Amino acid sequence: MLELSINGEAHHADVTADVPLLWVLRDVLGMTGTKFGCGIAQCGACTVHLDGQPVRACQLPVGLVGARKITTVEGVGATPAGAAVQKAWLDLDVIQCGYCQSGQIMSAAALIASTPAPSDADIDAAMAGNICRCGTYVRIREGIKKAAAEHHA
Amino acid sequence: MNAVAPTRRQLLRGMAAGGFVLAVGLAGGQLAVAGDDAHAAAFAPDAFIRIGTDGAMTLIMPQVEMGQGIYTTLAMLIAEELDVDLATVTLAEAPPSDALYGNPLFKIQMTGGSTSVRAYFLPMRRAGAAARAMLVQAAAARWRVDPASCTTEAGQVRHAASGRSIGYGAIAGAAARLKPPAEPVLKDPKTFRLVGKPHHRLDTAHKVDGSLKYGIDVMPEGVKFATLAASPVLGGKVAHVDDSQARALPGVRQIVVLDDIVAVVGDHMWAAKQGLDALAITWDDGANAAVSTETLWQGLQAAAAQPGVAATKAAPIDATGEDVVSAQYEIPLLAHAPMEPMNCTVHVKPGACELWVGTQVSTKAQGIAAKALGIPPEAVTVNNHLIGGGFGRRLEVDMVEKAVRVAQKVDGPVKIVWTREEDIQKAMYRSLYGSWMSARLQDGKPVAWEHKVVGPAVIARFLPPAFTGGIDIDAVDGAVETPYVLPDMAVRYVRHEPVGVQTCFWRGVGPNNNVFSTECFVDLLANKAGTDPLDYRRSLTDPKGRARHVLDLAAEKAGWGTPLPARSGRGICLQFAFGSYLATIAEVAVADDGTVRVQRLVTAVDCGVTVNPDGVIAQIQGGHVFGLSAVLHQQITLEKGRVQQSNFHDYRVLRIDEMPQIEVHLVASAEAPGGIGEPGTVSVQPAVANAVYAATGVQLTRMPIDPALIARKA
Repeated sequence: MLELSINGEAHHADVTADVPLLWVLRDVLGMTGTKFGCGIAQCGACTVHLDGQPVRACQLPVGLVGARKITTVEGVGATPAGAAVQKAWLDLDVIQCGYCQSGQIMSAAALIASTPAPSDADIDAAMAGNICRCGTYVRIREGIKKAAAEHHA
Repeated sequence: MNAVAPTRRQLLRGMAAGGFVLAVGLAGGQLAVAGDDAHAAAFAPDAFIRIGTDGAMTLIMPQVEMGQGIYTTLAMLIAEELDVDLATVTLAEAPPSDALYGNPLFKIQMTGGSTSVRAYFLPMRRAGAAARAMLVQAAAARWRVDPASCTTEAGQVRHAASGRSIGYGAIAGAAARLKPPAEPVLKDPKTFRLVGKPHHRLDTAHKVDGSLKYGIDVMPEGVKFATLAASPVLGGKVAHVDDSQARALPGVRQIVVLDDIVAVVGDHMWAAKQGLDALAITWDDGANAAVSTETLWQGLQAAAAQPGVAATKAAPIDATGEDVVSAQYEIPLLAHAPMEPMNCTVHVKPGACELWVGTQVSTKAQGIAAKALGIPPEAVTVNNHLIGGGFGRRLEVDMVEKAVRVAQKVDGPVKIVWTREEDIQKAMYRSLYGSWMSARLQDGKPVAWEHKVVGPAVIARFLPPAFTGGIDIDAVDGAVETPYVLPDMAVRYVRHEPVGVQTCFWRGVGPNNNVFSTECFVDLLANKAGTDPLDYRRSLTDPKGRARHVLDLAAEKAGWGTPLPARSGRGICLQFAFGSYLATIAEVAVADDGTVRVQRLVTAVDCGVTVNPDGVIAQIQGGHVFGLSAVLHQQITLEKGRVQQSNFHDYRVLRIDEMPQIEVHLVASAEAPGGIGEPGTVSVQPAVANAVYAATGVQLTRMPIDPALIARKA
């Protein structure tokens, strides 16, 4: 039985250590906010934070998580950066279908937590791993700038 | 309105029994799971509006929300006429019923083709206006005043003269006993409070915190998880399966082997996938084992030799002589690759079945499940969810049929999720299409025009009643009607069904081919005439028309004619499709190795009256990105009957670091509403191709853009 710290709470999962964190979250713990998009770290839909750093949950065997703290989209609103991103996303109507946005929001929250005023190049570097098929990139960029400005105001 | 009354009662019974749909709570509201009292409300004047005696209000959405913002738009239209505050309303997905929720333009329950606003602009307003009239009449009767002396606002009827007001809930019961007006009086557009003003989306509050449940997220009690593999060659069958390794893996529970599908059921998706990977499956490839990209293109080109069916009256032109310009344009096979992979959760019970899925066609999903199980459609409960990307892929129900056939062998509910590889390789695809263009020029201008379209008749399979006279109306859309004042146009259609792939609709549909070919051809003609592409288009458009207006607006905003660096260029697309006029101007820079970087897109849009202008802008922005992925990166290729791409590394989607600036300019208009989901995808492709032509002198005639070809020729 593995113990995991997710969004500040202890969770237990009876799985083998090789199962990627993505499937433990979704199928074992029922936390379906983290999305499956590609399974090979090409789309970013499964992005979560491990001690605040964005990682692709589809590539992370759950046995390697250890005591590190996991934050998912269900919990990121409890962090100032995550809340700022969620608010900007709604204010600017960034979202269309929304399926990729869990991952976009997690990548964006990690970016603005570490970078007070991200440049376009910073945004490109931090967000190029997150695909949006609806094509919301124009507003993702605006949303990050707005969230960063409000977060660091 | 009267006509639907009996079926409405059936509907309410169905809801009470079936517990249908998710509902999306609005702006901070709660996620409500429906089938509850809100739907069996006191006042249910039609298929769309439910008002309880407590004032709780639910609007039932006849079109599915897949990102295009239609829940917001349809709710705005009802709320405009009904005079309710949208922040207090719950939106619910309609249950399957062609009779109640059939798209007025297709007669079946279907969301697609950029038709929602065109089909529902008046029906939604009429529904709101009729309900409002009944509520006013009920309040006036209670107060014994003239209904004409009452007004409505924010869910209340008011009588100014006596200072009285009453909430809709309090008179819901009385209103329910009245007959709906046959011809409800609609508001004068000058008095609109909502329509035409930007409105925040109503479907996204639960999309920022992961709480919204897409089809792939459902967790019925006791659900198991499965993934599947269909034959890698279309039409192939399972010859042999060795499952000894798979059975030994932890978490693998069951292996389902059907004629043409193998599935593994497990404790979670990872176990199922590991199990599937561990199976040694031998396939009998069948008749399509030799299909390749080459045979597909050869088939298309061979078909082009046929005369085809005339879609317009003009005779084909004699394509000989020096004054005739001819060219041929082709677009490739494409996958849709929506971010939510194909999935369907199914619980097969004795004589019944329950589905959880996100589909653009609820009744088709219900029908295919019923057919697969040999039970009546009414025995299939469909829980339709908000969709994580459709783009036409979820107009098909192959994923439902496959899931049901697997679930038939599984005890209890099972969630069948396709891997991304399965999604790319065993999909239904946007077909390859070709256009063979000819024009006779006199003083540089076309005096005769021929456009022969070659491609499949998706309509003939998808909506057979709409396929008449051998013409697929979608396949020739954008060819028969252009934004130009042209001489007699001969448009011909050759139906060609590619062998070895299944084809379906894809965002932008028929105009993707026809606007691409027409607009590239217009650039070619302008070049032959020695005329600037903007001036040439201006000379072919009505100076007072809507097409000219968007063309000039886009040109002005894009700074057409201002200098650009070497190997940079601007290209235009002018189009009329889906009832909307668009002009897109792309600016590109081409590197020495032929790599194309799109720097800027400027689009002017006249889509008639707009309901939610910000939603229109979002659809153009997103449509452009969808089209850029296609024009720059995408093509599905086959070898030995098998699709060669497998995931996002080799079936590339545009990423944020490749984004151009995008500017969208809306033209204020009182014309009938046009569609807006598809046009941006269509216009960006020829605009970019024409910009490459301007930058390099190389006109690319087959998509996607081939940098190696540009490097060789430029």
